[in-house]
Amino acid sequence: MSTVTITAKGTHELYLEAYNVTPDAFAGKTAVEIAEIECHEGNLKSKLGEYFDIEGNGGATAAETTIVVRGDCKKIKRIGQQMTAGEVIVESDCDMYTAGWMKGGKVHVKGNVDSFCGIGMEGGEFIVDGDAQNHVGSAYRGDWRGMKGGLIHVKGNAGSDIATFMRGGKIIIDGDAFIHVATHAEGGTVIIKGSVESRVGGQMVKGDVYVYKGIKYMMPGFKYVDDVDAEVEGETAKFAHYIGDLGERHPKRKGEIVYGNIYLKK
Amino acid sequence: MSEYIIKNGFVFDPLLGIKGEKKDIGVKDGKIVDASEVKKGKVIDASGKTVMAGGVDIHTHCVGPKVNIGRLMRPEDKLFRSRVKEGNTRVQMGFAVPSTFATGYEYARMGYVYANEAAMPPLDSPHIHEEIRDTPIIDISAMPVLGNNWFQLEYLKNKEFDNNAAYTAWLLNATKGFGIKCVNPGGSEAWGWGMNCTTIHDPVPYFDITPAEIIKGQMQTNEELGLPHSLHIHPNNIGNPGNYETTLDTLKLAEGVKTNNKFGRDQVLHNTHLQFHSYDGTGWGDFCSASQQVMDYVNKQKNISFDLGCVTFDETTTMTADGPFEYHLQMLNHLKWANSDVELETSSGIVPYVYDPKIKVCDIQWAIGLELALLAKDHMRCHLTTDHPNAGPFFRYPRIIKWLMSKKSRDSLLHSFKWADKVIDATILESLDRELNLYEIAQMTRAGTAKCLGISDMYGSLREGTNANIAIYNINPEDMPSDPELIEKAFAETAYTIKDGVIVVENGKVVATTPNYTVWTHVRVPDNPIVDHDIREKFAKYYTVGLENYMVFDEHVHNPRAIEVDTTA
Repeated sequence: MSTVTITAKGTHELYLEAYNVTPDAFAGKTAVEIAEIECHEGNLKSKLGEYFDIEGNGGATAAETTIVVRGDCKKIKRIGQQMTAGEVIVESDCDMYTAGWMKGGKVHVKGNVDSFCGIGMEGGEFIVDGDAQNHVGSAYRGDWRGMKGGLIHVKGNAGSDIATFMRGGKIIIDGDAFIHVATHAEGGTVIIKGSVESRVGGQMVKGDVYVYKGIKYMMPGFKYVDDVDAEVEGETAKFAHYIGDLGERHPKRKGEIVYGNIYLKK
Repeated sequence: MSEYIIKNGFVFDPLLGIKGEKKDIGVKDGKIVDASEVKKGKVIDASGKTVMAGGVDIHTHCVGPKVNIGRLMRPEDKLFRSRVKEGNTRVQMGFAVPSTFATGYEYARMGYVYANEAAMPPLDSPHIHEEIRDTPIIDISAMPVLGNNWFQLEYLKNKEFDNNAAYTAWLLNATKGFGIKCVNPGGSEAWGWGMNCTTIHDPVPYFDITPAEIIKGQMQTNEELGLPHSLHIHPNNIGNPGNYETTLDTLKLAEGVKTNNKFGRDQVLHNTHLQFHSYDGTGWGDFCSASQQVMDYVNKQKNISFDLGCVTFDETTTMTADGPFEYHLQMLNHLKWANSDVELETSSGIVPYVYDPKIKVCDIQWAIGLELALLAKDHMRCHLTTDHPNAGPFFRYPRIIKWLMSKKSRDSLLHSFKWADKVIDATILESLDRELNLYEIAQMTRAGTAKCLGISDMYGSLREGTNANIAIYNINPEDMPSDPELIEKAFAETAYTIKDGVIVVENGKVVATTPNYTVWTHVRVPDNPIVDHDIREKFAKYYTVGLENYMVFDEHVHNPRAIEVDTTA
């Protein structure tokens, strides 16, 4: 296992598109070679060495490479984008599209992240110690294929449009979320340990949403069916079980209609 | 202008009957000349290469409102799938529905110089002409969509053929259109009532006319006017199992109809994307190929032509003026759907679609497209298309050429399918050993298409005096590559594409652009006060736009190249 430590110099005026800060791109490269890897500042093509001090060499493969990102990354986008293995640890806040379209490995952000983080995720683990903005684990604009697998864990609050078009995997928000959770979802699990303002499960076909501290305004397309005991993240609790969205099409499985489920903790 | 001499290439020009002979081609002042006339100028060494006229696409959806809605509604089509800007090109965006610039460059890279936009809603024709202007290199014509047009429905029902011809001529002039396109005759109008016409005898609501009457009437109008292209039809009942019977019923309407034109065209009916219309079976469970039944008929009828509409296994965006079909498709795949009613004229719909090789139906569709080409006896009447972007993007033509030229390549794909045994049972592709040759490919991609479009005096041939539109491919007919992938690569990236005497592509890279032209048909008909009155009345009563604003302004038409048709003489 090799560790590459890159420290942001904080010199850029525009947002930095750091789509190559991934174990996949760093694997098999020395610090000098990593400094030559492409990135964009706005629409200008540049090299990572212009924006980061780079120490350490990449491992033989992505899986054997850990990247530690230091310095102020508030204006750095796309860290960990499309990575397949290895680990990225970001010690500050970072900007949009962090861990987007991730297929494997682990990204750990110790600060906050902006919007579109974990978008289109297919596998791996993405942990945020702080808050996330909008579109956590959602689909790319226009796409009907949202998050398919993996785990996103936001330890703070999240904004709107979480898990849009989700098809698999799991999203855990320890804090609150605002509006639009699991819109158009066709699978997957969303667990919100705080509260949600409204619009949970709009046009949801399949999938499960757990909310611990209440939904202020429930969607009219959901119907209460029963109370259930469910085990969530190792704890068993009693939930009010709603099915929906009743205005949406639903597939049949073994003769039974499959609905989206919302579980409200009692 | 510069002069060139293209030396030692193997020339394929079906319109001149040249079958791969070594021949030098001269280019002077943007025209093709006898090689001896070029005294100085650059020598292009084409030894070991194939030389053909620039490609002519007979059916594509590359400009216009529904193409643009396809772009707008699918931002994900651009994500990670756009080509990187190269050299002096403009930014190129999108995959299944590329931007105007990507479209022009991509056609040029394949050696194409002409595309026929197959569906122009007349009301939206200004938009078409603006996009033609923005599409680099390739010349474009656009066919107004008729077949559900209120004027035509009424004239044809009342058997007022002269009035219908006068109206059609007016519309071609008003929209700067090329010929008569007919989509799901009657069915798109019925869709406005929540209905469809799935056979040629289903009456159209309110108008009480049948698709058969519309098609026959339009063929008659087309020949009465003597237009360069024939009636270009997308028949009823597209995409449904068992629809080959509707297709044969439609094609039979052309029996006994004679051509009347001065453009060298032999057919009176062109059936587009025949693949989508050659299905047997009663449902998706026993869905199977009817290519044999369809081609048995097509091969013996000399006055019809068709294009393939081959499936290419891509994630694409379907778009057609067949509104009810797109609704139907959306109910199958549950993806996003756009639907539009074009007042008094037509409808349209757009739905993304993924042709997945793991799905049996998609595999059978793929096989049917290839079967049609392999069963065809006359490739001057059988043309290569994907109905871009409906069955796949146009830049997959080289891949289809590979499948048609190499049994090895299509068999290895056929046997790799998850449901290979079931697909083989439902199709005849495996039993077809035929491999098409370069001459037949030249027929399918330029000579035949140009002849059927009625533009073979300007395109599709290397005849002296025509515009110098030339494609030089890295393929040696005397030493064909054993690896089929090299066939695909050769047709995807020309060694040279020359458009109007300018080298626009070199080694697969766009190196220059030239002005492109809008080809349209200027028809003169005798004065017809009845039709003039009808047009004024319909616009006053029904249209939401004024007659003066409806007609395409001259400044909207980019570099017009009019084909003159005069019926008054």
